Amino acid sequence: MAVAQENARPEGRSSSPFWTIARRDSLAGFLFIAPQLIGIVVFVLIPLGLVFWYSLHEWNVLANTFTYTGAQNYRMLMEDENLLEVLGATAIFSAGLVIFNLSLALLLAVLLNQKLAGIAVFRTLFFSPVVVSLVAWTIVWGFLLQKNGGINGMLLTFGIEGPNWLREETTAMISVIVVQVFKNVGLNMILFLAALQGVPKELYEAARIDGAPAFKQFRRITLPLISPTILLTSIITIVGSLQVFAQIAVLTQGGPGLSTTVLVYYLYQQAFQFHFFGYGSTLSILLFAIVAILTFAQWQMRKRIVFYES
Amino acid sequence: MRADISPRTKVALYGVMCVLLIPFVFPTWWMVTSSLKPISDIFAFPPQLVPQSYDWTTYSKVFELQPFVQQYWNSAYIAAVVTVGTMIISSMAGYAFARIRFPYANAVFMIVLLGLLIPSEVTIVPLFQMFLKAGMVNTHWPLILVPIFGAPSVFATFVMRQFFVTLPAELEEAARVDGLGRFKIFTRIALPLAKPALASVAIFTFLHSWNLFLEPIVFLSSAEMFTLPQALTQYTDAYGGPMWNIQLAAATLTALPVLIVFVIAQKQFVEGLAHTGLKG
Repeated sequence: MAVAQENARPEGRSSSPFWTIARRDSLAGFLFIAPQLIGIVVFVLIPLGLVFWYSLHEWNVLANTFTYTGAQNYRMLMEDENLLEVLGATAIFSAGLVIFNLSLALLLAVLLNQKLAGIAVFRTLFFSPVVVSLVAWTIVWGFLLQKNGGINGMLLTFGIEGPNWLREETTAMISVIVVQVFKNVGLNMILFLAALQGVPKELYEAARIDGAPAFKQFRRITLPLISPTILLTSIITIVGSLQVFAQIAVLTQGGPGLSTTVLVYYLYQQAFQFHFFGYGSTLSILLFAIVAILTFAQWQMRKRIVFYES
Repeated sequence: MRADISPRTKVALYGVMCVLLIPFVFPTWWMVTSSLKPISDIFAFPPQLVPQSYDWTTYSKVFELQPFVQQYWNSAYIAAVVTVGTMIISSMAGYAFARIRFPYANAVFMIVLLGLLIPSEVTIVPLFQMFLKAGMVNTHWPLILVPIFGAPSVFATFVMRQFFVTLPAELEEAARVDGLGRFKIFTRIALPLAKPALASVAIFTFLHSWNLFLEPIVFLSSAEMFTLPQALTQYTDAYGGPMWNIQLAAATLTALPVLIVFVIAQKQFVEGLAHTGLKG
């Protein structure tokens, strides 16, 4: 990784033989990374150790008790009937989000890759929700999705009576996924667009001469060549989907029932609404394990699904 | 992909894109227009795509019900400090990882990359306890320190490293012959060349800080300390239901300035972000 400074020549400026270029570089390297490294230790590694330590305790802030209980919180995790529902909701949310996000992003990128007049305007508009404040975006969608809101109003002008989107289990889940996808799909769209523009045009020329239809060209040329980007975006999107909190908090508060209570929201409720910091920490460890396993699995998969690596 | 697109296909493509645009553009339009309607009209049927009458008093209520100017300032200055801080920390670390040979560089790099694996949601409970002990709960310190030094800045460091790796070694060699030290090579040669990478780091760091929601609601408890995302959700009536017109007016005030900056500088935005994470 570090680019070698092979030609370390003796330098006129060096005053003492101890401070060779290599030594001075080592010192400079440590000083340059020190703020980041200390930050990671203080704000990531120590908290990670603490969260594990907390997870071995029963901790009630209101009663001011902090007692070591070993694996009890983890047994509670196994027996928590709500948790199964929460994990189910998390899985549906993440899977739905990733599939919808990546396919829409790819579709938009292919459309924007066409040579059409005014295409930059479309690109700007498709991207614009990314820069709209997340909670503002969520509030206006919540407003649109009310029983008597804009979407049902439009539907009614066509004689269709829409559901109470955020108050029924299936439509609530669909709503939170859709709101999140339209907010952020522009990022993946731009990454795909850049990848598509990197595919050599000659390949399509050759395929056309061979008489390959457009769909086959896409399947056999485009997809393999942009597979590194697909892997990258799917990792970013999955990990991002596990962190979704504001949308749930504003749109559904996890409801109806537990149908949209994803793991992060459940963690927040347990720790900061019910003040079960011990159990909340156990849920944090679970979240960490899921993120780590998913990232690792996708990284392992790269050999099978990624056509080449740059 | 093809040089020649038939006129019919062109019309079809424009048609498809216009339909697809609706969910991307309409919400913003609906937010702005609804915020201008009198409360009796915002749920009117049929829906009014353009307001039929205007009620500007909603906007004054935004400022009466909460210290909205203060909250706006909170969000703006926190995002600015976090952005500048992250640019400094991540460009230094990214430069060292890319260009300086020092002992344990690989091990340190792996430790830093751990930050990518550990979303800040995982550590929110201990971070709350740490800041509580330090007397920093209900201050802005957690919203400033954690993003600059903690997990969120790791992605920025990674982006900067990916950029600095591509710099030709000859540039530094030449500077070295001229007697420049490491720090001067960094500030005078590497950093000025890194403007595109720095721009993308600035953009996504700003947006990340501007959108933070979990951290503010965990750490902040008084209205004059709130940030915008948190403040928007506080315009509720006595029953906890949202005061829609006021929420939408406050949301408009929150969203529009960034949107306008984006439209003006959209080329840098989009290309800056495309630049990110690509060359991996």
